[in-house]
Order: sequence, then C-alpha cells, then structure tokens
Amino acid sequence: MSESHNDDNSKLKSTIEDKLFLDKYKLDKQSHIEVDQEKYKTDLLKAVNYICPAKVYAHSDEKNECLVSFENCLECGTCRVAAPDYVKWYYPRGGFGVQYRLG
Amino acid sequence: MSEPEKFDCIVVGAGPAGLSAALTLAKAGVEAAVLERGEYPGSKNVMGGILFTTILDKLLPEFWKEAPVERHVSQRRFSLLSRDGELGFSFRTGAFNEPPFNHTWTVLRAKFDRWYAEQAEAAGAMIIPGMMVSQVLTEGGKVVGVKTEPGGDELRCDVIISAEGANSFIAEQMGLRSALDPSHMAVAVKEVIGLPRSIIEDRFLLNGDEGSAWEIFGQAVQGTFGSGFVYTNKESVSIGVGSTVHDMKRYKLNPNDVLEQFKHHPAVWPLIRRGETLEYSAHMIPEGGFQHLPRLVADGLLLTGDAAGLVNASIYHEGSNLAMASGVLAAETVIEAKKRGDFSAASLSSYRHKLENSFVLKDLKKFQRVSAFFNDNPHILRDYPNIFVELLSDYFTVSESPKSEVEKSLISKFRREIGVLNLAKDAIKIGRAMR
Ligand SMILES: Cc1cc2nc3c(=O)[nH]c(=O)nc-3n(C[C@H](O)[C@H](O)[C@H](O)COP(=O)(O)OP(=O)(O)OC[C@H]3O[C@@H](n4cnc5c(N)ncnc54)[C@H](O)[C@@H]3O)c2cc1C
Ligand code: SF4
Repeated sequence: MSESHNDDNSKLKSTIEDKLFLDKYKLDKQSHIEVDQEKYKTDLLKAVNYICPAKVYAHSDEKNECLVSFENCLECGTCRVAAPDYVKWYYPRGGFGVQYRLG
Repeated sequence: MSEPEKFDCIVVGAGPAGLSAALTLAKAGVEAAVLERGEYPGSKNVMGGILFTTILDKLLPEFWKEAPVERHVSQRRFSLLSRDGELGFSFRTGAFNEPPFNHTWTVLRAKFDRWYAEQAEAAGAMIIPGMMVSQVLTEGGKVVGVKTEPGGDELRCDVIISAEGANSFIAEQMGLRSALDPSHMAVAVKEVIGLPRSIIEDRFLLNGDEGSAWEIFGQAVQGTFGSGFVYTNKESVSIGVGSTVHDMKRYKLNPNDVLEQFKHHPAVWPLIRRGETLEYSAHMIPEGGFQHLPRLVADGLLLTGDAAGLVNASIYHEGSNLAMASGVLAAETVIEAKKRGDFSAASLSSYRHKLENSFVLKDLKKFQRVSAFFNDNPHILRDYPNIFVELLSDYFTVSESPKSEVEKSLISKFRREIGVLNLAKDAIKIGRAMR
C-alpha cells in the first residue's frame, strides 16, 4: 500500500506558536525580562528578535521599540548572552515559568 | 523575620551535579539543603539526552532497575549531512546489551531528575523546590548564605555548592568569571516526538529495549559550529539541534527554523513522520572547555557541573557524567573542609586537584583546542560535508563512462574543490585538536 493512505503529519508541529501551545507554564504576574529600549534602538543587529527559540521579542515599527512576551520564555538564557547590552534577563521567581513534563 | 535557618551546606540546583553532591553529603551526615527553582526537580531541565552513568552506578548500584531510564544505547551513529545527502558511520554491539549497559542511557530529564531527587532525599538530604536563589550573601567577602525568591527569605550556611547549570549567575556575581561569551555557549532546541514503540524499534533497527544515539554534523545545523541529534526513548524520539550563540547570531538564524530544516532533511524525516510533537524545549550548553573555565572556588563557594563549564563538547557530548563527578568531588571537599572547620578558598582548593586527577579535567584538557579550532575553521563543517557527498555521488553514479574516466574526473574535482594539501592540512589540524 502506498504511504499516502496514512501520511497524516498534522500532529507533528512546525511553528513556534504551535509548539509553545503544547508546553506547560505556571504564569507569574511580574516579568523576569527587562529591555533597555534606548540601547535597543541604537543596536543595529537586534539579534533577540530572531535568535530567541520562543519568539519572546518582537520589534514594533509603530512604537519603534522591542515588545516582550515574557510569558512564553523557555528560560534558556540565550538572549542575555546574545544581547547583554540591552537585555536584562534573570530566572522567573521560584516555582513560576515553564514546566517541562519530559525535558 | 525570624532567625534565618542555618545549614552546613546549601546546594543551588537539583540537577545531576547538585543531587550527586547532596547524596554524597547526606551519606556522610553533613546537613545539606538543595534549593531548586523549579516547582519540582527536572521541571526546568533539558538534555539530548544520553545520561552517562559511571558515577551514578557507584552512588546507586544497579539504579536502572528502579530509575525512570528510557533505553540503553547499544547503537551509535555519526553522520555528516549535505543539503540532501548523508555520509555516515554506524556501530552496534551486543556487548552493550549486558549490565552495566555501557553506562549509556537515554532519559527524559523531567522524569529522571525527579526520581534522583527522591533518592537524595531518602539518603537524608533536604530538597526544597520552588525556591530560586536570587543572590549570594557575603560578609567580609566570605559566603554566609543566600537570598531566595519568591518571598525574599534568607538562608544561612557555611558553604555553597553552586550547581545551577549553564546560566551560572552565582559565578558571575562572585567574580569567578566574566560575562558568558557567545562563542562558548551553544543554544539548543529540542522536540520530543511520540511514536508507538514498535514503529521506533522498526525504524531504528532495535531489538527490545535497545536504544540508538545519532549525532549529525554539517547541514544538520546549516554548516554552523554545532550538531543535531536523534535519540530513541521507549515511546518517543528526542530530536534537536544546537549551535553556538555566536554563529546563530552571525548567520541570523532562529533555532526552531534550524530544527525544522533538520527534521525535513530526507535522511531524518522518515524517522519521525506521522509522529506527534509532545513537547518543545530550549537550553544552553557551556562549550568553552578547559581554556575558558571559571575559577572553581571562592571563600565558602564551589562551582560544579555546567555552572563550572564542565562539558566535553567534542564528539562525545558528555556533560551529565562530568556534572555528577564534580558534584561528588565538591561534596568530598566540603566534608574534608568541615572536619577542618575551614571553608576558605585555600581550604577548598583541593577540589581543583581532585578534578584534575579524575577524567573530568583530563578529558577537558585533551579536547581543549576543539572549540577554538572549529571557531577558527568554519569551512570544515560548512563546506566539507557538501563536497564529500558530491564526490561520493559522482563516484556511485551509474553511467556508461568507463570507471577509469569517472575516477579521473573525480580526482580533478577533488583537487579543484578541496585540494589534497588542504585536506591533509585540515586532517592534521583536526588530529592535533583532538590529541
Ligand atoms: C540539548 C542538550 C543536549 C544535551 N545532551 C547531552 C547528552 O546527550 N549527554 C550528556 O551527558 N550531556 C548532555 N547535555 C549536557 C547536560 O545536560 C548538562 O551537562 C547537565 O545537565 C549538567 O548538569 P548540572 O546539574 O550541572 O546542571 P542542570 O542540569 O542544568 O541543573 C541545574 C539546576 O539548577 C536549578 N537552578 C538554576 N539556577 C537556580 C537558582 N538560582 N536557584 C535555584 N535553582 C536553580 C535548575 O532549575 C536546574 O534544576 C546536553 C545539554 C543540552 C542542553
Ligand atoms: S531565555 Fe531563551 S526563551 Fe527566554 S527570552 Fe531569552 S532567548 Fe527567549
């Protein structure tokens, strides 16, 4: 039988949005991420907007600033290493944030 | 606030390093508290992952009978990927199917760490989850305790073992290292993909509980300094990619885009298709190696595991065992220091000697040039896989050209694209970097 009869790949996710939807979080009300918007504006690369595995950062053309969806953070710490000049990242408070069930 | 509680030793982080330290301290009757920021141990932790268990087997003999391990690895595979081809090497042996199973197990960390924490607790360690250390407290330069969140409570101790993993804020706060360098930190993303057991065993050629570990270089990570991996669990496959933050930044890559391209590579896709994404995760790996280690002790403080940069990122991808070994050695150092009643940096300095006498720093020393080598020679992982696969593809292409002519054109193509001399030079350089 040809494979196309049962080639349903709909449960295999590809976008970050779809993948984050599967992850479990315990949301904190306060953000654990701060962006220094003035320094962000003068940074040419704006690496956080593409390097973050959870797309936490997005550039707003309208406001010319960096929008932060801290509640999506997977807590890898990459943004802090990639953009130490304008990202201040620390762990969420104990018990909050992402909760891996498999890891 | 009431009088702060005081412990002999506070361990920051309930990963393999922290829990191995706590277990060792508890067995020796030293009062230890492990503070873990996750709601339960393992809830923040990610690895490929193969748990290497030489140390664990000493701490908890025949742990595999009880522990939530997935499969023992009896099959290892290494490949270079070109855009649509693969050149690989694979190895399997029945010897790895016998206890102690070559000390190589696939695990899912959220399950494993939780179990490991229970063992440390049973031995007498105190595990306090849901508590994040936000600051180390010092008096006159000497560590006296920690401040925690939420709540801002202070806990006191004679000595801290930092086992906080890759981000290692404590090392930075205490001046043991400078800011993390993007060339020495890899960012990795991973997906766990559910598949029926029988399909996994058929696709990966496994008998029963055998497992397979596949490390993939080259176009797996778009030619950057990093690699992809595919590991089998009982009823899922762990798949992921990782590369230095430096390369991801430089080539403007998003880690998930790299992962998606990897998943859809023709050599990878047949292994995961029709599966179900169960979880998506991200984590960093410290890969600076021997030449970029932080200072390992201060007055009242020792660094272990990833927080100390103890990862052998060569082709072995070992971190879990170095974490466990360093946790045990840090604990032994603390036990001796307690007998002397002296937790100064000088008293704790024997920790470094212990690491130097074990495989931990011997291996890191052996591979100390690997990271600099690949950072300095990006063409090797970027260009060679494509060229090798192209040459092999020419070689195996069936045609009516006589073989002698095929060989001739192959040799001239090889000379044009790489050159005997360049390849020999690079081979020697790789050989040196690994020696
Ligand atoms: C994608 C990936 C694949 C890998 N594959 C492998 C592999 O196949 N084999 C292998 O051997 N190694 C592998 N590694 C490396 C391995 O995961 C690490 O070397 C190992 O986990 C290090 O253990 P650790 O205890 O030092 O740190 P971690 O396992 O990171 O544990 C640190 C703990 O500290 C807690 N913590 C951190 N900060 C605080 C704080 N301030 N307060 C309280 N708690 C805190 C964390 O929540 C966590 O539980 C891989 C790593 C990654 C990211
Ligand atoms: S820690 Fe990782 S997931 Fe969180 S914002 Fe930074 S880069 Fe994104």
